[in-house]
Amino acid sequence: MATVARTMNIDQIYREEWGRVLATVIRMVGSFDLAEEAVQEAFTVAVEKWPSEGLPQNPRAWLVSTARHKAIDHLRRARRMELQGDDDLARTADSRSSLQKHSDESFLEESMRDQSGHHAPMNHSSGNDERLSLIFTCCHPALAQESQVALTLRTLCGLTTEEIARAFLVPLPTMAQRLVRTKQKIRAAEIPYRVPDKRDLPDRLEAVMLVIYLVFNEGYAASSGDNLVRRELCQEAIRLGRILCELLPDDPAPRALLALMLLHDSRRSARTGPNNELVTLEEQDRTLWDRDEIHEGQALVEAVLRAGHRDEYAIQAAIALLHAQAETPAETDWPQIAGLYDLLCHVHPTPVVELNRAAAVGMARGPDHGLQLLDEIAARGELEDYYLLPAARADLLRRAGRKSEAAAAYRSALALVKSGAEKQYLQKRLLEMETEGP
Amino acid sequence: MKYLLLIYGNEAHWDTLKEPERMSIYKEYMDLSAEWGKSGKSLGGNELKPIATASTVRVRNGKRSVTDGPFAETKEQLGGYYLVEAKDLDEALELAAKIPSVRWGSIEVRPINPH
Repeated sequence: MATVARTMNIDQIYREEWGRVLATVIRMVGSFDLAEEAVQEAFTVAVEKWPSEGLPQNPRAWLVSTARHKAIDHLRRARRMELQGDDDLARTADSRSSLQKHSDESFLEESMRDQSGHHAPMNHSSGNDERLSLIFTCCHPALAQESQVALTLRTLCGLTTEEIARAFLVPLPTMAQRLVRTKQKIRAAEIPYRVPDKRDLPDRLEAVMLVIYLVFNEGYAASSGDNLVRRELCQEAIRLGRILCELLPDDPAPRALLALMLLHDSRRSARTGPNNELVTLEEQDRTLWDRDEIHEGQALVEAVLRAGHRDEYAIQAAIALLHAQAETPAETDWPQIAGLYDLLCHVHPTPVVELNRAAAVGMARGPDHGLQLLDEIAARGELEDYYLLPAARADLLRRAGRKSEAAAAYRSALALVKSGAEKQYLQKRLLEMETEGP
Repeated sequence: MKYLLLIYGNEAHWDTLKEPERMSIYKEYMDLSAEWGKSGKSLGGNELKPIATASTVRVRNGKRSVTDGPFAETKEQLGGYYLVEAKDLDEALELAAKIPSVRWGSIEVRPINPH
């Protein structure tokens, strides 16, 4: 019983501390690879020792200290290899640049210089929270977006390469190579390990939030792999959102993103039926919605709007909140939602946003108004291969009682749809249009 | 008159070479650089790190965009160069963004391989 409790503790500590410990150790040793290896080894020792010796008083400090010692061991070994002329082994320790800078071995033992030139004190407990530096480095625009996502999940969330590969339906060797190359670029191009200047912060923060949102959407989308993995991704994204909010206490931007993710996530249990079929918002059993997430999302939206923050995440969160607050579909405040989509079209004009606005307008002012907007989108040649355009048209035609036209539109949508769950839903609607009486 | 000699190689081919072969090629370069340096023929030269280390900067409508990877537009052509000193990639990108052509073209930022 006690052993199980202790094991669970270590899992929990891993979950909570991996990112923070790694971020600190990267600062200390100046290398992603060396730090990752050292922290991995530290956790291995923890798993071996803690069940029998008990948890240390300050697990985080213990992990950081142990990792630092492991890193020193690596550097010493690599230096010995280099001195012995074993260049290949010395290189694999990924410590060349550190070795070139620190020729004095005792210097290595005394301290490890951080990037600003300050010596990290020997007995400091756990150092500053370096996760901001870590996340900004992972999400640097000089890295390909898929690399940003992979490295963020690996370093901040501690997901294994295999877990990340599974989540994004990519072969394991491909994902492993992606991570290797990303860290190589950080090293070779000398991407600095720091929080960007105030001047660059808004743009850089946008990139970070986009990565977090991509992770969330990957988990949320009906098109990805297995259920468990998808739910984990949403949870990781929300965790990252929380960390960002914690690290940027005065910034409404990450709060808007967190609100949006929580409000979407609150519907998780209601979105799929017993046979994994898609259940639309209108048809969902609202008693299955997570009230805690809705309350938290609501508080965040209110705070964000009070702060005058109106980016695309904030507006989408406000829309999601209006849905969450409607006890029944009939009570949904469609006029306000349509109004918010008008605003969103200003702030973040994309064809998909226009599409969503058209659907909302159709609900607020009548199908004809929505259909007109959809026609305008189609006339511009936008979203030609996107199944949701004919699907949205089909839906409004259905509500207007124009069955045969709706059926035709459902067929168009079916020709374009990719995911099994969405296909099933469209087929169900098509059948309704074809078999119901006039 | 001055000329710029641009070295286009084959990274995939280089990756297949064994260490002794590479060392031998590097020695050829070192000897050439030494000779040209002495005679004043060469005003400078460097090996670049591989394209995996490249980033490309553009500024459009006042907004800077940085992307991973080397320059790859077919409708833009090499028109000039700067060799700069920067403390890290961020500073190099900032410098790149100040070059006038960044507003209609692209600036590839490639780290130099120090020897």
